[in-house]
Amino acid sequence: MSMVLIAVLALLALCLLCGAILGFAAVRFRVEGDPIAEQINALLPQTQCGQCGYPGCKPYAEAIAGGDKINKCPPGGEATIQALADLLDVEPEPLDAVEGEVPPRVAYIREAECIGCTKCIQACPVDAIVGAAKQMHTVIVSECTGCDLCVEPCPVDCIDMIELGSNLQSWKWDQPLAPGQLIASDREQAA
Amino acid sequence: MTELALIMVSAILVNNFVLVQFLGLCPFMGVSKKIETAIGLSLATTFVLTLAAMCSYLVQQYVLKPLDLEFLRTISFILVIAVVVQFTEMVVNKTSPLLYRVLGIFLPLITTNCIVLGVALLNANKSEFTFITATANGFAAGLGFSLVLVLFAAMRERIAIADVPKSFQGAAIGMITAGLMSLAFMGFTGLIKL
Amino acid sequence: MTSLNIWDIHGGIHPPEHKELSNRTPIQQAPLPARLILPVAQHLGAPAEPCVTISERVLKGQRIAEANGFVSAPLHAPTSGIVSFIGPQPYPHVSGLPATAIVIDSDGRDEWTALQAHADYRQLPPADLLEIIRQAGISGLGGAGFPTSVKLTAPRTQTIHTLIINGAECEPYITADDLLMREKAAELVAGIDVLEHLIKPQQVLIGIEDNKPEAIEAVRSAIGQRPYLLKVFPTKYPSGGEKQLIQILTGEEVPSGGLPVDIGMVCQNVGTCVAIHDAVLLGKPLISRITTLTGAALSRPMNVEALIGTPVAELLAFAGLDRGKLNRLIMGGPMMGFTLPSMDVPLVKTTNCLLAATLDELPPPPPALPCIRCGECADACPANLLPQQLHFFALGHEHEQLKAYNLFDCIECGACAYVCPSNIPLVQYYRAAKGEIRELEQKQQKAEHSRQRFEWRQERLRRAEERKEADRKARAERAARAKAVHAQASSAPLQDDPVARVQAQKTGTGLSEAQKKLKIEASMAQVALKKAEKQLSAHATPELEMQVAELRIAATDAQKALDKAITAASPTEVSSAPADGEAIKKAKIEAAMLRAQIRKLEKLEAHDAEQQAELTRLQTRLVEAEQALGGAGQGAPAAPRKPAGDEMLKKAKIELAMKRAELKKAEKAGADDAELSKLRDGLTRAEQALHVAEEKSAKPAPELVRTDKRPIDEQARALKTEAALARADLRKLERDADSDAAIVEAARQRLREAERMVQEYDS
Repeated sequence: MSMVLIAVLALLALCLLCGAILGFAAVRFRVEGDPIAEQINALLPQTQCGQCGYPGCKPYAEAIAGGDKINKCPPGGEATIQALADLLDVEPEPLDAVEGEVPPRVAYIREAECIGCTKCIQACPVDAIVGAAKQMHTVIVSECTGCDLCVEPCPVDCIDMIELGSNLQSWKWDQPLAPGQLIASDREQAA
Repeated sequence: MTELALIMVSAILVNNFVLVQFLGLCPFMGVSKKIETAIGLSLATTFVLTLAAMCSYLVQQYVLKPLDLEFLRTISFILVIAVVVQFTEMVVNKTSPLLYRVLGIFLPLITTNCIVLGVALLNANKSEFTFITATANGFAAGLGFSLVLVLFAAMRERIAIADVPKSFQGAAIGMITAGLMSLAFMGFTGLIKL
Repeated sequence: MTSLNIWDIHGGIHPPEHKELSNRTPIQQAPLPARLILPVAQHLGAPAEPCVTISERVLKGQRIAEANGFVSAPLHAPTSGIVSFIGPQPYPHVSGLPATAIVIDSDGRDEWTALQAHADYRQLPPADLLEIIRQAGISGLGGAGFPTSVKLTAPRTQTIHTLIINGAECEPYITADDLLMREKAAELVAGIDVLEHLIKPQQVLIGIEDNKPEAIEAVRSAIGQRPYLLKVFPTKYPSGGEKQLIQILTGEEVPSGGLPVDIGMVCQNVGTCVAIHDAVLLGKPLISRITTLTGAALSRPMNVEALIGTPVAELLAFAGLDRGKLNRLIMGGPMMGFTLPSMDVPLVKTTNCLLAATLDELPPPPPALPCIRCGECADACPANLLPQQLHFFALGHEHEQLKAYNLFDCIECGACAYVCPSNIPLVQYYRAAKGEIRELEQKQQKAEHSRQRFEWRQERLRRAEERKEADRKARAERAARAKAVHAQASSAPLQDDPVARVQAQKTGTGLSEAQKKLKIEASMAQVALKKAEKQLSAHATPELEMQVAELRIAATDAQKALDKAITAASPTEVSSAPADGEAIKKAKIEAAMLRAQIRKLEKLEAHDAEQQAELTRLQTRLVEAEQALGGAGQGAPAAPRKPAGDEMLKKAKIELAMKRAELKKAEKAGADDAELSKLRDGLTRAEQALHVAEEKSAKPAPELVRTDKRPIDEQARALKTEAALARADLRKLERDADSDAAIVEAARQRLREAERMVQEYDS
């Protein structure tokens, strides 16, 4: 009997001591905020387009930090999914979007039809549209991220999304096929 | 002094806990895909091992033995280990949130890592161990684990981009590599007699 | 050090040279082509900006494109002729993509523009000398094409102590520099003199490989007594690379990721030096260069001095190209050149060789086998890298590791691929990996930039919100304070204090709590009524009508209660205020309420009989109220209030505008004629009311400034409006991809009709 009592008391004492240590550690090593969200945000393309279902890239980054899937960002495409997978050490999944990966686009305002209502200026998340009330509006191409949030609000529907085609500056080499994947009878086709 | 050295060499090489005694294989296979995460986990485990060896030795000597509660050894060791791991988790979260995030579930799973409980129980069994030797044994076990984990991670990184046949990709080639490493470590047998 | 020591580089290979094909004949002059294509981006840096227009005549050596920014070079016309096109033209690039170019149709006269020689360049300040070199459009002729004046502009922190002249020409087949050194040694040394004067280095080293004995002799005799050191070293590929040559001649290594200028050295190609001589001493800009035409598919391989912009096909024809034998056309050498997709491309400033190869000469590479980790590539690499590791990392897209293993120090010489026993095209992997990494870095920079702009914008919006809040609060405070002041001063006679009176009128009637509640109730009842009436106009059901009637009664009751409360209260609040003022207030309120009601009713799109009756009733009441107001207003103290006439005028104008808008909306919605006629009647009524108001008001009739001089009358205006509306509709329909064809046709018909009517009316 006394053995059991001693055992229980001993364990109790041990537990209380451990609890005290943990309590102290919890206060001492408290972590504020979620710095991982910052690092995730740095990998997202910052178009603030909302296609992931969140109102911007920072909210999506925080959602990923909270456990959301990483394959919701169409402007980022495969590269972003891969980078996020590397950062978080999860499996990269194919892009989960209606259109799939779209090539980079910029907005273009047909100036003949613009009525100067500033609705698109208010919609642009990076202030890439220059203009004022009753003045001509135009898109600064170098700032436009192609998020197409300006297309909806335009009352005269004068904004087009134009693809940035490839030119000499944007061209880059393709990686050759991995060795062993090209057999002799294929080489004439490949060369 | 030589005794300490012998214990450490034994724990790191001759009786390596992972490749010779086959303890702690879960984190060994699970966290070794990248060298950075492997280093992170091995540091965490070494920290846990050292602390756990110390605390379990103290509990054994000053609580269990005097009160004649040897039968409570397992549960009290597990309690100690759980507390130490929880403490380590908080420290890792504070110092490197990315590592905390990347290690994910494997950090609290150090609690169930056989090496930790194994070292604690082995130390308790060897009644001739002092506090210093017990701590050294734990620390050396951690070093041995780290060594093997980092080696394995380095190899797995290379294997990941090598041309492995489809049916061998992933865990299969990992197991084969681990087996070959284990064979290599058998070469240390007889290095010292403990 | 002034000794003739040479060092060796790590690795390197000795491929067969094939230089004897083209180095046995002197430099020929290429024939004048009929058409010259001059890309504006033949150098590293920003493309040049064209400064000529189409069909402008240009002279030989005239500047046709200005340098754009610091790292850029201008472009000059290689012959006289007419500019015929500025736009995308074939460009010598492996992708085959076009680039902006200026096309000149030569007139055959080859007329020079006015040249300004500077034989006395030693008197010129260095900045002027640099400007001459820059304005001559000189960029590196060795193959990279870096604008020379930029390269020679030393950074402020570093002085250049060694000038190195690159006459190595290590690549097989190419002999352009060899022939240049043989035939233009004097110009070469003169150019080196200019450079030496400009930079004032401690030593000048000229490096030539030992497979060019004639060139070595020529240069040696041209140097004469000058303190330039001519160092001859054993032939090895790629000793002509800038960093490799520096290592061979001086034993020093350029730091990883750095430039030679970081260790105080500058390296110039011999061709560039001759161009500098031409520019400074003869005033001639860079318009031609020596190019090697070689390969087994040519019957007359040679070196030519060709005008920049000459189509490649013409040069090859001049060298006797056999198209049947031609298998691959390479611009550059066999190691670092690239395959040209077509022969329509022009010669550019960096074209040192055109290699027309047959199938036997340059057979297609055998398929690549897996890497056997032999390590030959690491032995051959002149930059001391680990090509094997880079290959594996490139396969796995491990960008961090690639950067850690110094991928960007690779000069893409091809030595590793040359020695690989598995025939792996290693350089292609590195090029692809470099492209990937650069693209990713660019994307990240853009994303970071966008993120910053987004955050600034959020900050700006937040600040605007805050300011609005602060303003709102300030206004509310002011209102509360004014009310408090008024409540304090309410016992004092209002008449004697004009300021307080004005304030009291401005803040309304100073309602107490109960009155406020009643007012709220009254307005809520009004709102409910309006909503119900709107619903009624949309779907008329008996229940809704009942509801509307009930709500109307409720609204009127609430209004009555409010009025009573106000009139009851006003005696206590403004006890000594004259009855006049009170009556005026009451009348004003009544009038305002009525006006609001009328407006709401009139806003409804379709009036039924009951609403129409209500409307007329309200209107009569309004007129009565306003008359009462007008009467009472005579004895009222001068209030800062617009005379009723003006008020009426404004109201009438607003009503007219509203009616017009209604009519337009109804027409667009395709309402039936009954509705339209009703609305048109309403419009006419409103116009009449406007005229009445205009007459009544004290304001003079507004000066109507019309843009067209013809007097426009109602009918014409209406017709023109109709036409414009029809046009807009049609355009909108046409833009919408899935609009019904019949509707589009109908709209088109409508437009035609409207335009016809306008024309008819005008004539």
